[in-house]
Amino acid sequence: MQALLTPDRERFTLIWRAVWIACLWPLLDMVLSGMRDALGANPIEAITRGTGDWTLRLLLLTLAITPLRQLTGLHWLVRLRRMLGLYAFFYGSLHLMTYLWLDQFFDWVAIVDDIIERPFITLGFAAFVLMLPLAVTSTNAMMRSMGGRNWQRLHRAVYLVAVLGVTHYWWLVKKDITEPAIYAGVLGLLFALRLWHALRRTRRLAVQADADANGARRVSA
Amino acid sequence: MLIRHPDDIAPSEITPRALFDGRRDFLRHAGLGVGAALLYGALPGDAHAGYGNPSLGPLQKSPFSTDEKLNDYKDITNYCNFYEFGTDKTDPARYAQRMKTRPWTVSIEGLVHKPKTLAIEDVLKLAPLEERIYRLRCVEAWSMVIPWVGMPLSALLKQVEPLGSAKYVEFTTLADAKTMPGVNSRVLDWPYVEGLRLDEAMHPLTLIAVGLYGEVLPNQNGAPMRLVVPWKYGFKSAKSIVRIRFTDKEPVSSWTAAAPREYGFYSNVNPEVDHPRWSQARERRLGEFGKRKTLMFNGYGDQVASLYTGMDLKKNY
Repeated sequence: MQALLTPDRERFTLIWRAVWIACLWPLLDMVLSGMRDALGANPIEAITRGTGDWTLRLLLLTLAITPLRQLTGLHWLVRLRRMLGLYAFFYGSLHLMTYLWLDQFFDWVAIVDDIIERPFITLGFAAFVLMLPLAVTSTNAMMRSMGGRNWQRLHRAVYLVAVLGVTHYWWLVKKDITEPAIYAGVLGLLFALRLWHALRRTRRLAVQADADANGARRVSA
Repeated sequence: MLIRHPDDIAPSEITPRALFDGRRDFLRHAGLGVGAALLYGALPGDAHAGYGNPSLGPLQKSPFSTDEKLNDYKDITNYCNFYEFGTDKTDPARYAQRMKTRPWTVSIEGLVHKPKTLAIEDVLKLAPLEERIYRLRCVEAWSMVIPWVGMPLSALLKQVEPLGSAKYVEFTTLADAKTMPGVNSRVLDWPYVEGLRLDEAMHPLTLIAVGLYGEVLPNQNGAPMRLVVPWKYGFKSAKSIVRIRFTDKEPVSSWTAAAPREYGFYSNVNPEVDHPRWSQARERRLGEFGKRKTLMFNGYGDQVASLYTGMDLKKNY
């Protein structure tokens, strides 16, 4: 139990590596399937969907770290968060590259048209652009030079990225919204957990302040 | 020197018929295991073995056929939009085997002199079967080239002698919740309904398809009989049809009912009229790497453009 709550250095390295490989697995799986001609009749669509799905999943997983930590007390989870976020960015980049290269063949006129005219592409593109500064400032050095408070303020944009990403998916499906609705549901739950946690904290603080004030009064009396 | 023409060497002279017919069993029973499996995959002459459905016999060629490269049978039968079986492209191939296509009847009714209910066997006898190699353009901006087998829809429609007041034809397709898992979800209003103007329905390009690649149509592609309207987006080509009704009012198709701004009654393939959410200017031909330009009326303009003379196709999308 103690090993799980506070894994030693060695054990944490093991966990870290396992997560690293697990996050790479979807890509490997797609590449291997592609080589075996097992991506179905429309491989480019399969790659576009696969990379998009994993961007969303990893984004939600990144956002799930804090609530999970609060619920379980597994504080080391936060040390996996940067990797998950960067993987989300990695799959997002692959997703964008698939669109630019395999889908549009760098036809910039058509691409700009798409970004301006197709709301779901506008949102997807905005989400990617918003992920860029987060990825760039993800290093320890950047965190130090920005200062914790500013860094945190900037990185709150990840919420917006997730909302844009899920809406991007919602707006592109033809009719069956089951899957985007699942992503939206998970995102909603994560927001609810944060809100609940924040409310509890303010209440606790208020009670604390109250108690302090009472204590102070008693002392002064 | 006498060179024997290959035509007069009957297969029976080379291999005893029973052995030839049972060649797969023979190999299997010979206990050759993996070796046999490898071998019979490579046996010559398998080109006639087909894809597993009964052959539809000799077929007439059609001048309407394109000579473009055909899409593989595997792709045509594993990448389908047939929401009655689920919204994933592979759902129809997975679940459609449960659908019963025999016995099957289609009732032809409405504004006609002689309403009729025809069994699929009778439909097959109405006209000689033809092979029609058509392009199919999906509204999702992908396309295929498919060797359908069928007959002009007009052969079927003439049976009931439409009244002068009939202006449209409405197609209703099977919605059997017991065999079609997608019908339990409310993604569209079931049963699926499509419609054509009478002149579109009577057009010689408009096909009732009963086969694919020379064989009986696989269930996931709309067995036992489906519509194929090659100059319109794929969803207009209703599958597994059970009722055809002549009307004087424009039918409301299922997709129009679901999203009127996105799917109009005509839904002609048109590179200049975009879907509100994506461009229709280009398409991905399955099996090709790059995209190709989408053609007006999917390349059938010479045959069908005159149907729409004077119409604003942006308004009548």
